[in-house]
Amino acid sequence: MITQRQLRFVVKPVVFLACLLPAALIVTDTFELTGSLGANPIEEILDRFGILGIQFMLIALAVTPLRQITGWTQLAQFRRMLGLFAFFYVFMHFLTWLVLDRGLFWPDIVEDIVKRPFITIGMIALVLLIAMAATSFKRLRQKMGRRWQKLHNSVYAVGVLGVWHYWWQVKADALEPAIYAAILSLLLGCRLFKRRKPRATVLATQ
Amino acid sequence: MLIKKPSDIRPSEITSESNYLSRRDFIRAGAIAGGTAFAPGALGAIVPEERGAALSDVGKSPLSTDEAPNSWEDITTYNNFYEFGTGKDDPHRNAQDFKTRPWTITVDGHAEKTGSFHFDDFIKPFDLEERIYRLRCVEAWSMVVPWVGISLAEVVKSFKPTSKAKYVAFQTLLDPVQMPGQRRGVLDWPYVEGLTIEEATNELSILAVGIYGRVIPNQNGAPIRLVVPWKYGFKSIKSIVRISFTERQPPTSWNISAPQEYGFYANVNPEVDHPRWSQARERRIGAGIFAQRQPTLKFNGYGEQVAHLYKDLDLRRYY
Repeated sequence: MITQRQLRFVVKPVVFLACLLPAALIVTDTFELTGSLGANPIEEILDRFGILGIQFMLIALAVTPLRQITGWTQLAQFRRMLGLFAFFYVFMHFLTWLVLDRGLFWPDIVEDIVKRPFITIGMIALVLLIAMAATSFKRLRQKMGRRWQKLHNSVYAVGVLGVWHYWWQVKADALEPAIYAAILSLLLGCRLFKRRKPRATVLATQ
Repeated sequence: MLIKKPSDIRPSEITSESNYLSRRDFIRAGAIAGGTAFAPGALGAIVPEERGAALSDVGKSPLSTDEAPNSWEDITTYNNFYEFGTGKDDPHRNAQDFKTRPWTITVDGHAEKTGSFHFDDFIKPFDLEERIYRLRCVEAWSMVVPWVGISLAEVVKSFKPTSKAKYVAFQTLLDPVQMPGQRRGVLDWPYVEGLTIEEATNELSILAVGIYGRVIPNQNGAPIRLVVPWKYGFKSIKSIVRISFTERQPPTSWNISAPQEYGFYANVNPEVDHPRWSQARERRIGAGIFAQRQPTLKFNGYGEQVAHLYKDLDLRRYY
């Protein structure tokens, strides 16, 4: 077992840096130091941030089931950081769309959000993520009490909206979104399965 | 993988020595001009030596745009060619070993002259011409490509279509061994496309066999592909093995896949949105990371040549 000190001063910083690595790679690829973004760099940046957002969302959602299976309770301490990284990547995806892809051209942006359902659901997911990120501080959590949990339960909806958003904009080949949908179903299924167990067990593992 | 061939091809039609020689001619054609690092037409883009053989006797065309063509790199690494994978760089990676010789093109349907032809015999009667065209993808990105091709109108006329020939249908090679993308049912293989006979005989329509003065790379639809610059890119079918003259409108792959999103005509039109995205503006590949999208032009800017074909057509309905 890792001591709390090691966790705080070694493991967490290492995980933090590892989570930042894909973002760093996008930056270095932009300047062609590590690789390249290809012929359509804006689309590449947009896609990478978006997929990272979904991946981190799934990783964050995997923490609790993993903790329950392995019994390694310290895992719970990574949940907030991973959730915030999911928010970070989704937000970068949004900014890339807003600034680079749409060029802050507001008529297009408004039309997209209103007229394109896959963008509408993406925006709903983003708003929920912003609300969760803004209330992720310990003090606010204590202050909000039950309402905090209620708000943060929307993470499940965000997972569904995120994968749906990805699936909906695919032209024909839905293999990748289907894989994410399968993983998401598994992670949400774990929770349903747990919930059916007697109340006492649920409390004990929380 | 077996390619269906009509039983009426005599062996002599497929591999005679003269055919073989003309094929060599085609390849040698430009090996002579291969010493230059610049593409014919002095387009200014440097084409490294390892590219395909250069083509000679390539004429110029007044139909070419004077917009700057995209780089060889952009044109050959950013492709939609689902037979080689659905990622933009998949065709570039997966088509390198694709065999484009021998290549047989079958012409059938309502025409006086039909049969199967070796690729070199097929293109031999026609003049090679450079056509620098805008290419607008239905995904709202665009490029400028210096194609080398032959006039489709000339090709169509040479087969003497009968009065029943109202459409021209095209088919891509079906070969899941060589084309890994065909092992998954992303689309209904083989890829098929079609034009009205008026569209096929429009002066803009070409069958391309080259890019930047060189033999067309596999990932761009070697050895021969359609180019119809006023329509979305998916109409310009690649690696063609069959051309049929039909009386009825032929089925087309993307229309089969999603009829509410992709029609038979697929003319570039900023006024008719794709159900999931706007077609009003497009991203020009190679314009840089901070470049704004540019307005999309009706018929991709080729209205002067083609608008008359659609004067009685409701383009909202026949998208």
